[in-house]
Amino acid sequence: MAREMPGHAVPSVEPGATPVKGRSLWVDAWNVLRRNRAAMASVCIILTMSVLVIVGPWLSPYDYAQTDWDNISIAPEWESRHVFGTDALGRDLFVRTLHGGRISLMIGIVATLVSLLIGISYGATAGYLGGRIDHLMMRIVDILYAMPFMFFVILLMVFFGRNIILIFVAIGAINWLDMARIVRGQTLSLKSKEFVEAAEAQGVSTFNIIRRHIVPNLLGVVVVYVTLTIPQVILVESFLSFLGLGVQEPMTSWGALVNEGAQEMETAPWMLVFPAVFLAMTLFCFNFVGDGLRDALDPKDR
Amino acid sequence: MLRYSFSRLMGAIPTLFILIALAFFMIRVAPGGPFDSERSLPAEIEANLRAAYNLDLPLYEQFFRYIGGLMRGDFGPSFQYKDYTVTELIGTGFPVSLRLGGSAMLLALLIGISAGTLAALRQNSRTDYSVMAVSMTGISIPNFVMAPLMILLFAVYLGWLPAGGWGGGAWNHMILPVIALALPQIAYISRLTRGSMIEVLRSNFVRTARAQGLPERTVILRYALKPALLPVVSYLGPATAAVITGSVVIEQIFGVPGLGRYFVQGALNRDYTLVMGVVVFYGVLIIVFNFLVDILYAWLDPKVKY
Repeated sequence: MAREMPGHAVPSVEPGATPVKGRSLWVDAWNVLRRNRAAMASVCIILTMSVLVIVGPWLSPYDYAQTDWDNISIAPEWESRHVFGTDALGRDLFVRTLHGGRISLMIGIVATLVSLLIGISYGATAGYLGGRIDHLMMRIVDILYAMPFMFFVILLMVFFGRNIILIFVAIGAINWLDMARIVRGQTLSLKSKEFVEAAEAQGVSTFNIIRRHIVPNLLGVVVVYVTLTIPQVILVESFLSFLGLGVQEPMTSWGALVNEGAQEMETAPWMLVFPAVFLAMTLFCFNFVGDGLRDALDPKDR
Repeated sequence: MLRYSFSRLMGAIPTLFILIALAFFMIRVAPGGPFDSERSLPAEIEANLRAAYNLDLPLYEQFFRYIGGLMRGDFGPSFQYKDYTVTELIGTGFPVSLRLGGSAMLLALLIGISAGTLAALRQNSRTDYSVMAVSMTGISIPNFVMAPLMILLFAVYLGWLPAGGWGGGAWNHMILPVIALALPQIAYISRLTRGSMIEVLRSNFVRTARAQGLPERTVILRYALKPALLPVVSYLGPATAAVITGSVVIEQIFGVPGLGRYFVQGALNRDYTLVMGVVVFYGVLIIVFNFLVDILYAWLDPKVKY
């Protein structure tokens, strides 16, 4: 971007020092992001959460589907090692919350990748080809956009059984529309940018233009969008699981746990509170990171 | 203006058609039928039942019959609620959902716009930060998490409000579901309003208005508010869709006898016609609403040419 052009290089503080090294978009973005405390804290929480979700279940003596007959529906206590308490079937809530987190995070990431894959190929094709094909492809996106997709996903889950692959595909398939629009718009505008023209005039090969100029500029938008899509996907999955249409027993996800908790909340509020806090905190952090990344990577702000 | 509306309308019709086709064929392709139950019916009876519901006709003929029925406002009979037509069920459920969703929408617009404007006027102040923090919370905490927590606090512990039921639409039964449904929208609308208001307040015509010595109130209400609300207007379409989707789970949680509950029940009972009826009904509602919003936007925004 602008930073890479010699005329725009930032003057060094000490004159006579080593020649000014051009700062890339990513170094710049990292510097902005690093100063955003909320976003950095969120990154740390997400990383901690991911590690906890992966190794946490092994730290407990209990299994996620195992019933502890002596401790059914007990409040959190340390002596029995049920740190989050147990549910009505005597299953350890700590392990179940983390297991649910595994599923929720996995669905969040995999379904986002699905939507990324479809969205980028569709959007880049439309943007690159342009003209009538572009018009037709975007018209299709417009039509699909107007559909009440949540209802269709519910129908899919009800009629074709509730398996986890279908959840990935269904959720990924509804989220690619935004991605396609964004990528198409970017491709279209990048194609006619001055720096691409300048590179062309200098005789840079097409491959290198795409590698050095188009892809990095697309990536910024895509990265921001991915961090904002993951919480959306987690939300959709939780929504389905909450209605009893998502993952199946004895497997669980945060949405399913919140649903179980909501039914028992008068007698066992811990069953609602722990999964709810984990879910909300994760969504919170992803949103913060997404916002932070948008500030950091938005070229308009410089 | 008329021509613009007409061309927008022409765009909406294929969308409607595809919506109906998608819903129709998806359900027909699905395994399992409405007559699958624990006791299997004798073959002749099942054949008769299928004939009575036209399920023995070729698929395309069923489809055209269904569309023909829709044109007359006939969604077909319900497979589960034997004595009711789907039209009747929608007729009983929708007013409740409309009341719930409409109140939530009004509340969201009212609070969202005022909070967003306030935050924009005091940018980077403590007011601004708290509005943004609350709005981030509203976006991050899904309403199906918020709703049970609210029941736990206000109904179970404090006992101020009923935990569920509709009570014929009594105000105390409406408070919790309406707030739970409105919260995420309040969050989005206040963020949108804040962002666009900040931009508008920096623009030349606002500076001119201020330079003319107009009181700040007039500048905001008379000049800045209308252009600042354009993004909110274009968000009305997605907001409606979100409120409708949200009402499915909110009605389930609070036991509100609305259309969303019929939908979930129908989906779990494989009540083909009812489920399809609700999807088509809500789909049409969203498409029509988007159409109206587009026209409203074109009318409000001097930059849109038609």
